[in-house]
Amino acid sequence: MRNEAGDSLRALALSCVRGEKMLFRDLNFVLTPGQAGLVTGPNGVGKSSLLRLIAGLLQPFSGSLDTPLSITLCDDRMALDENLPLSGALRFWARLDGKTDADCLNAMAAVGMGHLAEVPIRYFSTGQRQRARLARTFLSSANLWLLDEPANGLDTASVALLGKTLQAHLDNGGMILAASHIALPIALDLTLELAALEQMETPL
Amino acid sequence: MIGVLKTLVWRDVRQSYASGGTWLPVIFYLSAATLFPFAVGPDRDLLLQTGGGILWIAALLATLLPLDRLVQPDLDNGLYDQLIVRGITDELIAFARLISHWLAFGPPLLFAALLASGLMGLEGSSLVTLLASLAIATPALAGLAVMIAALTSGLKGAGALGGLLLVPLAIPLLIFGAGSLADRTNSALLFLSAVSLLLVAITPFAAGAALRAVRE
Repeated sequence: MRNEAGDSLRALALSCVRGEKMLFRDLNFVLTPGQAGLVTGPNGVGKSSLLRLIAGLLQPFSGSLDTPLSITLCDDRMALDENLPLSGALRFWARLDGKTDADCLNAMAAVGMGHLAEVPIRYFSTGQRQRARLARTFLSSANLWLLDEPANGLDTASVALLGKTLQAHLDNGGMILAASHIALPIALDLTLELAALEQMETPL
Repeated sequence: MIGVLKTLVWRDVRQSYASGGTWLPVIFYLSAATLFPFAVGPDRDLLLQTGGGILWIAALLATLLPLDRLVQPDLDNGLYDQLIVRGITDELIAFARLISHWLAFGPPLLFAALLASGLMGLEGSSLVTLLASLAIATPALAGLAVMIAALTSGLKGAGALGGLLLVPLAIPLLIFGAGSLADRTNSALLFLSAVSLLLVAITPFAAGAALRAVRE
C-alpha cells in the first residue's frame, strides 16, 4: 500500500519482490523533514529497488509506505536530451516542474556547470553527466530527494559541492535518502543496512 | 495537465523534426510510388485503377519505419521514469506521444501522397478522395505505431515483431481506406473515420498499459 499524503517518509513492514526473488522484507524506517538517510549493502541486494519503490516506480509486495507528495529521483539514467545543450535539456524539466530559467542557472551553478550551459549533453564526460543528472534533480522543488549513487564519477571538489547542496536542502526541511558507496559529506540520521535474504523463503 | 501535455508534445515534435527522421517515411513513400510504374508499365488506365491502392499500402509500410524511435529511446533514457515520479500518468505520456507522432508523421505523409499521386496520374475527385482517406487514417496509423512501439519496447527483434503486429491491426484501415477510392457514396470514408476514431481512442490506454507493464 502506498500513500502519498504525509510530510515524512514512513515504511512499515515493507517487502519487495523482483523477478520472483524477494529482495528485502519487513523493512521499517522513518525519515522526517530535515533528515538524511543512507541505504547500504552489497551489489544487487535491492538498494536501487528500494529507491524506485519509494519513487512509485515499483509496487511493494507487502507492507505500507507513506511518502511526501513531491519526490525526485536521481538514478543512473540521464533523462536529458543528448542533442540539446545542458541549458535546453534542463529547461524541459523546468517547464514541467514550474521553474524559471533563473532556477536552471542556479541548478547548473550548484553543480559547477554554469560554463557548460551551451554544450550538448552528448559531449559530456562521465563525471559531467553525473553532475548534469544532479542538476536536473536539484532543479525540482521536491521535498524528498532519492539519490542512487550520487557521487559516482565525481571528483573530490564536486563531492564537496554536492555535500553543500544536500546540506542546504536538509536545512530547508528537505529529506534525502541516498544509496552510496562513496561517503557523502553530510550528517546521517538513518542508516539502512540491506542484507541478502536466504532465498529459501521465496514466497512465489 | 494541458501545460504538461503541451510541454511533452513540443519536445517530441521538435526532436523529430530536428533529427531529420521525419523525412524518412516521406522518402520511402516517394520511392515506392516511383518504382511502381516501372514494375507494371506506364499503362495509364492500369495506373489509375491500382495507383490509389498502392499508395495506401505504401502508407501502411511507411508507418513501420519510425517504430524503433517512438518509445525505446525515451524508455532507455529514463525519461518516462522521471515523468512517472512527477505524478504524470502513463496514459497521458502515451497520449502526448500519439499527438506528437501524428504531427511529425501525418502532414509530411500527406504532402508525399500529393506528390506521389501525380506519378500515378491521379487527379480530380479520386485525388481528393485519396488525400481525404489518408488524412482520416493518419491519426490511426500514428496510434497503431505508438501502441506497437510501446508493446514491443524492451524486446529483442522489436522491429520484425512490430511489422507482424501492424498487419492484422491495419487491415480494417486498408479495407475502408483503399475501398473509399472506388466508392461513390462516401460510406467507406465514414467507416474509415469510425475505425480511425476507435484506434485513436484506445491508443492512450493500450500504450499506457504497455508502458506500465515494462516498468515492473
